Amino acid sequence: MTALILARHYLRATFRSKLATLINAIQPIMFLVLFGPLFARSGIGSWDVLVPGLLMQLTLMSAGLAGFGIYVDRRFGAFERLRVTPAGRTSLLLGRVLRDIVVLLVQAVLLLAIGFVLGLRVPPAGLLLGLVLLVVLAIGLASLSYAIALVMPDELFPPVATTAVVPLMLLSGALLPMSLAPAWLDVLSRFTPFRHVVEAVRAFFAGSYVTPVVGWGVLTGVLFLVVGVVVGTRLFHRENA
Amino acid sequence: MIHVNALTKTFTTKKGTVEAVRGLDLHVAAGEIVGFLGPNGAGKTTTLRMLTTLLKPTSGTATVAGHDLVAEPTEVRRRIGYVAQGNTVAPMALVGEELELQARLYGLGRAEAKDRVAETLRALDLAGLEGRPAGALSGGQRRRVDIAMGLLHKPKLLFLDEPTTGLDPQSRAYLWDYVRKLREEEGMTIFVTTHYLDEADALCDRILIIDHGRIVTEGSPADLKAELGPSATLDDVFLHVTGRELRENTAV
Repeated sequence: MTALILARHYLRATFRSKLATLINAIQPIMFLVLFGPLFARSGIGSWDVLVPGLLMQLTLMSAGLAGFGIYVDRRFGAFERLRVTPAGRTSLLLGRVLRDIVVLLVQAVLLLAIGFVLGLRVPPAGLLLGLVLLVVLAIGLASLSYAIALVMPDELFPPVATTAVVPLMLLSGALLPMSLAPAWLDVLSRFTPFRHVVEAVRAFFAGSYVTPVVGWGVLTGVLFLVVGVVVGTRLFHRENA
Repeated sequence: MIHVNALTKTFTTKKGTVEAVRGLDLHVAAGEIVGFLGPNGAGKTTTLRMLTTLLKPTSGTATVAGHDLVAEPTEVRRRIGYVAQGNTVAPMALVGEELELQARLYGLGRAEAKDRVAETLRALDLAGLEGRPAGALSGGQRRRVDIAMGLLHKPKLLFLDEPTTGLDPQSRAYLWDYVRKLREEEGMTIFVTTHYLDEADALCDRILIIDHGRIVTEGSPADLKAELGPSATLDDVFLHVTGRELRENTAV
């Protein structure tokens, strides 16, 4: 219940600035509009290959950088104020994560809508499963991002987080499938969780639901969720966090 | 209201171990206004952070508002209000929304929270500012918003950490009058740190001075001054017990 109160509060503040919500999604939308037609005509893949990648880019950029919220609240003393209330520590984390998921879904729907206009066609079940898998990943990723922001010195989090997102996104094969990569890059990318998830979302979008690729993606997403939430919750319970 | 026995807090840093609080004993009765004074780095903030559940003590015991600090932190949190040093509301946040959230985190329903926010804003002469971002308020208004955050749930015990630092004399006078009123009308116990010793002298029933992690003297302002001489001020007492060495680089 407390997590819902917090999520509602954060959402009111987030959606008050509709422009900020749009700006956060602008980069994947730009890729979709300016790179998408090129991608679709190059023979590399079609819209159902590119859009899942851009959804992953969106997830990395919103959930992956979610820790900025803690960074801002700590700088202004708001986080400490919340920690002195009787609100459960887990709720303090989950309230933020819930807000991030709602914002991600709004941005994803916007991206998908533009994708449909440009030519994306996806079976409804595949679309739904793909979004669910991205949400599972995003919950773990946002929790982990908050956990890192809690333990990392204030001045380090922004550069580290923004620097980490770019290689993780490239290694996931979000923009170009890793099947096109040289062997060493292909092997390296298999060690990042995001590749498995993006490939599973592509499979869902293509209408494949029971394949090894989907299995690996779902397993990776669920593992990431468990690890992220457990680590995040523990750190939110830690003294002086 | 506060009973602390042999409380310690040790930090491990790259340079070694720092004993910020060393065997602290202190007792505060219900309805008292107690000034907790000390030079920078003396252990004031660490003590306050322990008493408000933000830091776990390394050893020792403490009961705050009737509950064990370590075993029942949530019960302690329900009964205390804490106004930290500096502002506690982000500049872009709307005053009313932040206050309403704070009230709801203490278990108030939505309607009750709205009523309590309106009541608290009126009491602190902030009515009408609900829709304003905190960053658009004056320094005094913003500090009063911080204090409102600590009072929404009508705590039995209020911790104020440097509540008047950086405020003009009018805002400071207003806040101290309000603190007196809280004690007189609500019976609230108030534990306050300040560097304005004349204000502590005028406001507090009792003064505790901490240095190097230990209480070095305590008593009513009048008694402490009388011990030093007929014309002594609280500043004289403070310098007498803590020395004149600068402490700027020793804060923990």
